[in-house]
Amino acid sequence: MADWFSPGEWQAIALSLRVSFWSMLLSLPFGILVAHVLARREFWGKQVLNGLVHLPLILPPVVTGYLLLLTFGRKGSVGQYLDQWFGIVLAFKWTGAVLAAAVMAFPLMVRAIRLSIEAVDPKLEQAAATLGASPVWVFLTVTLPLILPGVIAGAVLGFAKAMGEFGATITFVSNIPGQTQTLPSAIYAFLQVPGGDPQAFRLVLVAIAVAMLALILSEWLGRAVARRVSGP
Amino acid sequence: MTLSVTLGHKFAGFTLDVAFEAPRGVTALFGRSGSGKSTVINAVAGLLHPDRGRVASDDQVLLDVARNINLPVHKRHLGYVFQEGRLFPHLTVRQNLAYGRWFAGRGAGDFDRIVTILDIAPLLQRRPATLSGGEKQRVAIGRALLNRPRILLMDEPLAALDEARKAEILPYIEGLRDQMDIPILYVSHSLAEVARLASHIVVLNAGRVVRQGSVAEVLSDPAAVPDLGLRDAGAFLTATLAAQDADGLTRLDTTAGPIWLPRIAAALGTTLRIRVAAQDVMLSRTRPEGLSALNILPATVAALRLGEGPGALVQLKVGDDLLLARITRRSAATLDLQTGTAVFAVLKAVAVAPADIGMP
Repeated sequence: MADWFSPGEWQAIALSLRVSFWSMLLSLPFGILVAHVLARREFWGKQVLNGLVHLPLILPPVVTGYLLLLTFGRKGSVGQYLDQWFGIVLAFKWTGAVLAAAVMAFPLMVRAIRLSIEAVDPKLEQAAATLGASPVWVFLTVTLPLILPGVIAGAVLGFAKAMGEFGATITFVSNIPGQTQTLPSAIYAFLQVPGGDPQAFRLVLVAIAVAMLALILSEWLGRAVARRVSGP
Repeated sequence: MTLSVTLGHKFAGFTLDVAFEAPRGVTALFGRSGSGKSTVINAVAGLLHPDRGRVASDDQVLLDVARNINLPVHKRHLGYVFQEGRLFPHLTVRQNLAYGRWFAGRGAGDFDRIVTILDIAPLLQRRPATLSGGEKQRVAIGRALLNRPRILLMDEPLAALDEARKAEILPYIEGLRDQMDIPILYVSHSLAEVARLASHIVVLNAGRVVRQGSVAEVLSDPAAVPDLGLRDAGAFLTATLAAQDADGLTRLDTTAGPIWLPRIAAALGTTLRIRVAAQDVMLSRTRPEGLSALNILPATVAALRLGEGPGALVQLKVGDDLLLARITRRSAATLDLQTGTAVFAVLKAVAVAPADIGMP
């Protein structure tokens, strides 16, 4: 299969897969937590949190990327301490691409998980509490198993979104082949060179295939949620 | 074990203010919908936090607002059987049953016994979605009991079931009531269920306790009828199954004499509680003859209450039991009924439905 793509193309695909995988995995716990809080808790500032989570969906990606640069860049408000204390540098590294992808994919992930949590009858959670389960156990033994397909659907959507992320990524970590050149960045780069169209087109097909696969998978898992919550 | 409950809570347009005690056995919380029954049971469970009140089971305090004690739901050691069962759809019956037992964290000895009492062994591998309503409720009851509760709460556990399914489950509830040494709070709006299961009754109306006491006394009290509902009024006789006659009738001995009812499938010597609706009791000053009704018991009038309409309610002492008869004021006058008047109570054998016969 490696023969189908030039080393440069292959590098971009492999990097995109790696970035998407880590962005999905690292944001998933936060996604579940935020989705649970938004679905089940009432608190002051809930709308603010909701807005913050969804902001990357609405903002121009270049703005999100720039904000990430301001915050997590080497001289950024958080970035300088990450560098000083932990030696972690995100800007212009593939790890930064992970962060950018995670932030951009977060709203989609939270949305899918939140909908599945809202589909779980709170009365089942009450019943679990009367049987002696503390709130954490209720979540682990009742809520989580019931929303598992929704969580997977959210993760798949997040993965697909991360695969396609372009604007924030290129702003935050630039477009360095082999380091930060993800699939969309590579397509963009190929389109900038004369005669790069066929290469770009091959990558476009890969992007379409990944997105399509993810959508079908998440749709199918979404139906599994409904089946699971209402019983087989 | 006694559960004592004092609660006060203000809702929009509704104030709850109740106090009662529930000893070992079944205490019925009875009232119309909206009277506050479910609110009370949810406050006992800890699913609702009242403005003030105290809930304690013997020396174990579950809630004391004044002393700032409020055990969270999962630490109250309850069994709660909900109207809709609320079985976990992603778990098998066996896993549902194991759920409460696991958190109770104690021995496994009860499992087989409770599975046997509730007759759910054949269901263990199934998922809740494939169970009938009656089966679901039996599993829900089993799940609550395997939590080794100190208090059992049942919120209209039969309300969602049809008559046949109710009849299927009632004997199981009677069985566990007799085997569990804990207070059982049983929310119901069905007097027939209350008469069958409960030893105590707390009648709620608009958030207040309007009457409480032993079921035998409250159900036979003419003054309580307006709170309980005239149509369902009726008390019960305690009887021992004495013989199965060849013509399909069963002879029962009450403390006032024998009565005959259509065949009751129970062993000789079984003690039964037979609910007799007030409107199915006729009165006569002399022992009637040439009458098709088989069951004629000597009685004395214990209390008389004339209604505002044409009706009257008569409390009768029948042997050791108290019955209620609903007659017209005109009849009461014609028969010259007074407290202490000796009469004969005439019961029609076929008026007693099988669902009205239970174990006391």
